[in-house]
Amino acid sequence: MTPRELSLPLDPATAAGLRAGDEVELTGTVLTGRDQACARLFRMIGAGEPLPVELAGQLIYFVGPSPAKPGAVVGSAGPTTSGRMNPFMPTLLAQGLRGFIGKGYLNPEVKEALVRNQGVYFGAIGGTGALLALCIEEARVVAFPELLSEAIHVMRFRRFPAVVLNDSVGGDLYNNALRGHVPTS
Amino acid sequence: MKTITTDQIRDAVAELSQRANFSLGADMRAALGTAAAAETTDLARNTLARIIRNADLAAERSLPMCQDTGLVVVFADVGQDVRITGGTLREAVNEGVRRGWKAGYLRASVTGDPILRKNTGDNTPAVVHTELVPGETLRLRLLAKGGGCENMSAFRMLTPADGRDGVVAFVVETAKRAGPNACPPIVVGVGVGGSFEYSAVLAKKSLLRRVGERSPLPHVAELEEEILRQINASGIGPQGYGGKTTSLAVQVETAACHVASLPVSVNIECHAHRHQEVEL
Repeated sequence: MTPRELSLPLDPATAAGLRAGDEVELTGTVLTGRDQACARLFRMIGAGEPLPVELAGQLIYFVGPSPAKPGAVVGSAGPTTSGRMNPFMPTLLAQGLRGFIGKGYLNPEVKEALVRNQGVYFGAIGGTGALLALCIEEARVVAFPELLSEAIHVMRFRRFPAVVLNDSVGGDLYNNALRGHVPTS
Repeated sequence: MKTITTDQIRDAVAELSQRANFSLGADMRAALGTAAAAETTDLARNTLARIIRNADLAAERSLPMCQDTGLVVVFADVGQDVRITGGTLREAVNEGVRRGWKAGYLRASVTGDPILRKNTGDNTPAVVHTELVPGETLRLRLLAKGGGCENMSAFRMLTPADGRDGVVAFVVETAKRAGPNACPPIVVGVGVGGSFEYSAVLAKKSLLRRVGERSPLPHVAELEEEILRQINASGIGPQGYGGKTTSLAVQVETAACHVASLPVSVNIECHAHRHQEVEL
């Protein structure tokens, strides 16, 4: 199956129309963040503080790249395990975040929050950071620079390959795999 | 008596650190190629093809294959007739890691204190397991171990009554629980027997084996094959997207243990299985 090309930020109708198992290529900008950045955003929202970045309509890519070599935009930049961010994601999604990109299982609360907020969880292939870096045309730090590789970056993707893991109607690619549902493609 | 300097050890570790992160071994490439040929869906085949392409690209351009460039674990077999001069083995290994990480643009992924969690900035310290062996060589075997798969590892103290079936069930359960979090197709390192802590060391040590090489003990080789079959029947597949290849290999090391005990450790390794070795 030819992957579907999607522009970022995702418009709500496109996001709502995606289904678990869809292969896509993402072009446009995303935010990055992982353990520490997501925890900070979560605490700031709880405390009613203004956020350093606008979350509404955006995707967060769970990544902490390796250092860029001289002349390179970014080092290796594959996804980290999403489940570690479980405690924070329902709150971030309620702020209008459209979804996130990572790998691995989510807990039921986050999957429900995706349905409730019409969000989407994309999977990128873990351990292919060299290849995925080729699809990143720009990366600059926009918040929490002291977190170094874990700082929030804006990244500009060009045809970044991903697959829909969890969709806004409760579809779940990992569950399908465990139940022996083979993708039709 | 042979003299080896800490400079030699430092330089060897710096080189191994980079080579491990840039170049996937021939054993893993062969195993991934075989797996790709066996898959029947586009998604599973494409996923494995991308993993192989990533390994090629990393090697061509001296880029780390994964941004998590790992915690360094070194198994040092020190010949009894070797004298190390210029400082300690541990300091030499850490200096090698420090230099390798800087030269290779690898990611500092080590926190100095597990509670305070401040990054040390240079990926030190490494975990060093030292064993005295006969002879006058120093063998260094290095793993750069990713955090995502390490997190899915497990230990259980089984009873002798649980026996072989209990071992199979625990290892399969651990691999299934790891699922997509551990970046399948995984390599499963297993330590059976020994003591509480030694089983975990055996599980780690089993990952140093060439992937695809069975245990020389027939009953253990059979155990490895049975566990592998059961894990791959789970349907989890490459990256958990579904397919036949959840695990490329199961590698079991065994040791004598107490009559009352059956300790089992399972160390999960991702497809970016970085292991390299050298003899000085």
